[in-house]
Amino acid sequence: MEQPTTPPSVVYEHAHHIDAHEELGWWRKYVFSTDHKVIGIQYAITGLLFLLFGFGLMMLMRWQLAYPGKPIPLIGPWLGQSRAPMGIMLPEFYNQLGAMHGTIMVFLGVVPLAVGGFGNFVMPLQIGAPDMAFPKINMMSYWVYFIGGVIMLASFFPTTGAAQSGWTSYTPLSVITATSGQTFWLVGMIFLITSSLLGSINFITTIVQLRAKGLSYMRLPFFVWAQFVTSFLLLLAFPPLEAAGILQLMDKVAGTSFFLPSGLVISGKPLAVAGQGNPLLWQHLFWFLAHPEVYVLILPAMGIVSEIIANNTRKPLWGYKALVYSVVFLGFMSFIVWAHHMFMTGMGTTMSAFFQTTTMIISIPSVVILTALLLSLWGASIRFTTPMLFALAFLPMFGIGGLTGLPLGLAPSDIHLHDTYYVIGHFHYVVAPGTIFALFAGIYHWFPKATGRKMNELLGKLHFWGSLVCINLVFMPMFIQGLAGMNRRMYDGGAQYAHNQGVLHWNVVQGYAAWGLGLFQIFFIINFFMSLKWGKAVDKNPWEATTLEWLAPSPPGHGNFLTEPIVYRAPYEYSVPGAAKDFSPQFEPEKA
Amino acid sequence: MNIPYTVEERPDSGLANGKLGIWLFLASEVMLFGALFSTYIILRTGATEWPHGELSVPLGALNTVLLISSSVTMVMAWAMLKLHNWGRHRLYLLATFALAGIFLVNKYFEYSDHLARGEGPSHSTFLAIYFTLTGLHGLHIVGGMVVMAYLLGPGARLWKQNPDQFTNRIEYTGLYWHFVDLVWIFLFPVLYLL
Repeated sequence: MEQPTTPPSVVYEHAHHIDAHEELGWWRKYVFSTDHKVIGIQYAITGLLFLLFGFGLMMLMRWQLAYPGKPIPLIGPWLGQSRAPMGIMLPEFYNQLGAMHGTIMVFLGVVPLAVGGFGNFVMPLQIGAPDMAFPKINMMSYWVYFIGGVIMLASFFPTTGAAQSGWTSYTPLSVITATSGQTFWLVGMIFLITSSLLGSINFITTIVQLRAKGLSYMRLPFFVWAQFVTSFLLLLAFPPLEAAGILQLMDKVAGTSFFLPSGLVISGKPLAVAGQGNPLLWQHLFWFLAHPEVYVLILPAMGIVSEIIANNTRKPLWGYKALVYSVVFLGFMSFIVWAHHMFMTGMGTTMSAFFQTTTMIISIPSVVILTALLLSLWGASIRFTTPMLFALAFLPMFGIGGLTGLPLGLAPSDIHLHDTYYVIGHFHYVVAPGTIFALFAGIYHWFPKATGRKMNELLGKLHFWGSLVCINLVFMPMFIQGLAGMNRRMYDGGAQYAHNQGVLHWNVVQGYAAWGLGLFQIFFIINFFMSLKWGKAVDKNPWEATTLEWLAPSPPGHGNFLTEPIVYRAPYEYSVPGAAKDFSPQFEPEKA
Repeated sequence: MNIPYTVEERPDSGLANGKLGIWLFLASEVMLFGALFSTYIILRTGATEWPHGELSVPLGALNTVLLISSSVTMVMAWAMLKLHNWGRHRLYLLATFALAGIFLVNKYFEYSDHLARGEGPSHSTFLAIYFTLTGLHGLHIVGGMVVMAYLLGPGARLWKQNPDQFTNRIEYTGLYWHFVDLVWIFLFPVLYLL
C-alpha cells in the first residue's frame, strides 16, 4: 500500500492544551458550535422533528382519504376556518398538505438527517479527522438550513396557506396560484440549496484532505464513499434548481413569464404577461436536481446499511471494490436520467428512448450494490441486534422499491402508471421503509458513540417489528390501487371515479396502518430519551467494530481522537483467519 | 484545535483545503450559470421573434474592459504579496475594488435607463432573462466587493500574523473574481451582440 502523508502533529500536541484552557460557553458549545459532532446532532434532531411533522401532515391526509368529507377528530377544530371549517378539510388545505409533506420529508427531514446528521457526525470520525475542513462554514450550513426550515413552516400561517402545487411545483400551476405559499416555498428552497452547497463543499474537502495516515481511498469505509458521491450530487445538481427557483421567483414577484406560455387563459380571462415562456423548462430544471436527489436520499442509507451488515455478520463486505465502483458509476449516471419523470409531457420519442435507456443502465449498479449486500449475509452467523434488523429490512424494502421502478422507467408502461398511486408506492418503498429504516438503523448503531450509552433492545425490537408491519400495510396496497388506475393528488382519494370503487376500501386499511405506524414511533421516542439517561453505559467499541470512529472515546471530545489515528488495514477485516479475535480494527497494527 | 492543511498543501492532493473548497464552489457556480444560459438558449430558440439592439453596446463593451482590467489588477495584487510588496498589493487590490465599483455604476445607468422607459423584467422574455442574468452576475460582483473590502479592512491584519494564509486568501478571492469576470465575458456577446 502507498504511504499517504502524515497530518501535521500540531493537532495532537495542542489538543490537550485546548481541552484544559478553552472551555466554551453554553451557547458556543451547544448552539453556535463549530464541532462537527454537535452540528451533526443538531442536524439529526432537527431532521427527526421535521420527519415527525411531515408524518403528521400525512396522517391528516390519510384521514381525508379514508373518510372523505368527515370532520377530522381531535385536531380538526384547531385547524381554523381557512383550512378545515367545522373540522372538515378543504381541498386547498389537502393540496397544501400534499405539497408540504413531500417538501418537508425530502428537503427538511431525510436529507438533513442522512447527510447533515450522519455525514457530519460519522464521516470525520471514520476518516480519522479532528473536525471538518471548514468548521465555521459547517455551522453556517446548519443555520442556513434552519432558516430555510423556519420559512417553510411559516408559510402555513398566512390564511391563504402554504404552497399547494405539489412538491414538484410544476409550472404554470404554481405561478398562477395566487397565494403567498409558493413564494415562501421558493425563498425557503433557496436557503436549503445554499445550505447543501456549503455542506457538500465541506464534505468533499474533508474527505480529500483530512484522511488519517494510511487511509487510502480504497481503505475508506463504504459509508464515506457513499457520502463522497452524495456530496458531488448535492454540489452539482442543486444549483440548476436554484436557478429554476430564481426564475420562478421572478415569475411570481417581478411578473416575468419564463414558465408561462403565450395565450394562457385563466377563468376565462387572458393572463396579462409577456408570454413566450416554456412550462416544460421548469420540469427539466426541477428533475435535473430531483433525480440525483433520489440518490442523495438512498446512497447514505446504503452506506449506513453496509457498515451495520459488515459489523453484525462479522464478515468483510462481499465485493467492496464492486460496491465502490458501482456507487461512483451510479452518481455519474444519475445526472442523465432525469427526463424519465417526463414521458407524459410529449417531449418526443427520441428523448424518451434516450432516457429510458439510461434509466435501465442506472438500475445495474443499484442491483450490484443490493446483491453485494445480500451476498454478504451468506454463511454468516448474524447478530440480530436492533440496528441489524432495520438494516436487514432495508434490503427487501429497497428491493421492492427499486424493482417496481423498472416499469416506470420504460415509457410504454409508464404511460399507464404515470401519476397513479403505483408511483407513490414505488418511491415510498425506496425512501420510507428503505432510507428511513436505514436511518433508524444508523441511530441505533451510532447512538452509543454519540452518547456513551446503548439504546434499549426490547423497545427497539418492538419499534422495528411494529413499524415493519404497519409501513408495508400503508404502501403495499398503493400498488394495487395504482394498477387499478387510481390517480394521486385526489382530494377525496378518487372516490368519484367508477374505476376506483373496487380499491377504495384499501384507503381505510392504509389509514389504520398509518396511525399504527405513528403509535409504534412512540417506542422509539421513549427509547431515545430513556437511553440518554438510563441506557447501558458502554466504552469505546461496544459493537466490536473495525472502523476508526470506534477508536475515539464515546462520546468523543472536541478534536475527536486522543492520539493520532493511523490506519493499517482495509475497513472490514472481520473473522480474519488466525487472528486472536473476530475483528481486526483499522487502527490496530498487523502484529498486535 | 487546528485543522490540518489550512495553509500548507497536503502532499498527495497538492492542495490546501481552501483551494479545493473554492474550486468546488466554482464548479457549483458553473452549474448555476449553466442552467441559466441553458434557459436563455431554450427561450430564444423557442421564441417567434427576438429583439436586437435593445442594449447599449458601448456601455457593455466598456464594462467588459473594466472587468478584464480588474482581473489583471487582481492577479497583480496576489503577485505583489508573493514579492512581499505590501504597498503595491494594497494599491492593486484597491484598484480591483474600484473597477468593480465603476462596473456597477455603469450597470446602474443601464438599468435605470430601461426602467425609466417602463421596460422592466416583465416587459418581454428578452428583458426578463437579461435582468435575471445580469442581476445575478451583479450580485456576484457585490459579493466579491464585500470580500475585497474585508481583505482591505479588518482582514488585512492577518498579513502580520500569517502571511502565507493571507496570500492564499487573496489567491482564492482572485479565483472567484476571475470566474465572475468569465461569466461576464459570456454574458456580453450573448446579451449585447448576438
